[in-house]
Amino acid sequence: MNHLIVAPIVLPAMLAPFIIMVIRHHLDLQRIFSVAATLILLGISFALMGQSLGGEIQTYELGDWPAPFGIVLVLDRLSALMVLLTSVLALPIVLYAIGSGWDKRGRHFHALFHFQLMGVIGAFLTGDAFNLFVFFEVLLIASYGLMTHAGGTRRLRAGVQYVVYNLLGSTLFLFALGTLYAVTGTLNMADLAVRVAEMPPEDTALLRVGAVLLLLVFAVKAALLPLHFWLPLSYANAPLPVAALFAIMTKVGAYSILRMYTLVFGPEVAATQGLVGDWLLPAAMLTLATGAIGILGSRDIGRIVAFAAIASMGTLLIAVGLFTPAGTTAALYYMVHSTFATALMFLVADMVMERRGPDITPHSPMPQSGLIASMFFVGAIALAGMPPLSGFIGKLLVLQASWPVPERVAIWAVVLIGSFVTIVGLARAGSLIFWKSHAVDPQTDPDTNEPTEIDTAPEPYPGLTFSAAFALLAGLIALTIFAGPASEFAGATADQLFNPDRYIEAVLKGAEK
Amino acid sequence: MELLLATAVGVLTASGIYLIMRKRTFPVILGLSQLTYAVNVFLFATGRLAVGQPPILNKYAEVAYTDPLPQALVLTAIVISFGMTAVIVMLALSAYLSSRDDRIDLTEEPGDDA
Repeated sequence: MNHLIVAPIVLPAMLAPFIIMVIRHHLDLQRIFSVAATLILLGISFALMGQSLGGEIQTYELGDWPAPFGIVLVLDRLSALMVLLTSVLALPIVLYAIGSGWDKRGRHFHALFHFQLMGVIGAFLTGDAFNLFVFFEVLLIASYGLMTHAGGTRRLRAGVQYVVYNLLGSTLFLFALGTLYAVTGTLNMADLAVRVAEMPPEDTALLRVGAVLLLLVFAVKAALLPLHFWLPLSYANAPLPVAALFAIMTKVGAYSILRMYTLVFGPEVAATQGLVGDWLLPAAMLTLATGAIGILGSRDIGRIVAFAAIASMGTLLIAVGLFTPAGTTAALYYMVHSTFATALMFLVADMVMERRGPDITPHSPMPQSGLIASMFFVGAIALAGMPPLSGFIGKLLVLQASWPVPERVAIWAVVLIGSFVTIVGLARAGSLIFWKSHAVDPQTDPDTNEPTEIDTAPEPYPGLTFSAAFALLAGLIALTIFAGPASEFAGATADQLFNPDRYIEAVLKGAEK
Repeated sequence: MELLLATAVGVLTASGIYLIMRKRTFPVILGLSQLTYAVNVFLFATGRLAVGQPPILNKYAEVAYTDPLPQALVLTAIVISFGMTAVIVMLALSAYLSSRDDRIDLTEEPGDDA
């Protein structure tokens, strides 16, 4: 057995308690261990990625229990891609949190950060539906702590809402899993796929209920339209570097939809035919539209980026909802892009917020205005999907993939008009924040609290924060330059997803069905 | 037995959902815990209802047994929901203490710290 597969879960699982129990009073040591562990995680993820490139599906049986009885971890191209994406995102964010001093404004930032990584990576690797629930809970529990990090009345109250919403989601998840178990008698995803495919079509009412409940749960995570209410408030009120990390959390929902509804309830399964795609596509279009309108209507910079995150989830889920190999290819490419772009914009938003407060109104000039403005500009181009950055390629792939389906007019209209509205909203915010600021005379502005601080950055280590943001930017540019290999890999991944037999074969190898 | 269990799950879920719609955090938390009770009972029933049977296979005799897996699932679910209830009580309490207001909704008041 290849023990490297379990390493990205074990490493944060060991490190986080170590941070809490041994070095909780030494912030410097915490920072060193946290960054070192993130670097090791990055190395492991690259190694796993290298192993999955050939297309072989590897499994890791926890406790050496054979597949349908024990829990398995499965490494295929999709899992490797998502794990790599998580650890590539984690490094700049932990550097930013250190550079901006966010990690010392409350307690246990680094421990919670690594618990969060453990939950996210575990959710990407597991091949067992109940284990997926457990890793969801791990990442949620850590996210509750991170979301209310550093406290404050408004953040705590937004935190209560966030926790209530997600507890409801967890309860729904359990109901869905219970229903599936009652019908099929298994919770191993590969085994589920076998049993669901064998089920006689007239006997599937409960199964369909379970499949729809499960979709609802993942839709809550992915902020799909009627279930997106938790996102703007919690992301805008969370510490913004944490919100940048949460950019991967909505992708967990998208990943789960992709995994469950290609493997278990695939497009050919008679029992759930047309159940998911028919609902997902219109909901995703509405999500994109709502996100774009929200960007236009927001009055503080955190909310703008939060709504931009919703809009990008809309685009992503449109591509997922096509349930074709081409659509999934586009979805995977766009997923990587939108994770980096959203995280970059949250970091830029945090820089702006630290310097001049959250509201989008003309204000006296802030330190490093030019640098931040140019990063906001590039980030906005990426997020809105304008050339030359990867957002444009991603949206082009989505549009191309949606050409064969009958809803293409609606999809094209929503994506294109949504992009336009996003551009308008971001341009309005950018010009108010960065250009109009010079129109206000600092002497006559009564709101200026610290006029002497005009030349110094508020962060303890501004070099670190800027290099973290530039690292994300470099990721976007790399994704643009290497768009060919990246979309080839996405295509190979989609291929693997739409041939679930090999996954099932790899997981259930020795076992009699 | 089936009727009793189904009624219990139904009543717990219904009252839980009703309480979650309330405006203040205390009833909402009560509603959430009722929902988790409901889901625990429901999970327990997913392995089919059996009374007085061991969750162990006996390979020497044909003895009826009950499915052990739902019991393990319920145990996990109970632990998680218990911990989560504690977390949300603490969070709601600190939100209440810092704002002197336990409404769930966030109203836009000027002067709130961001």
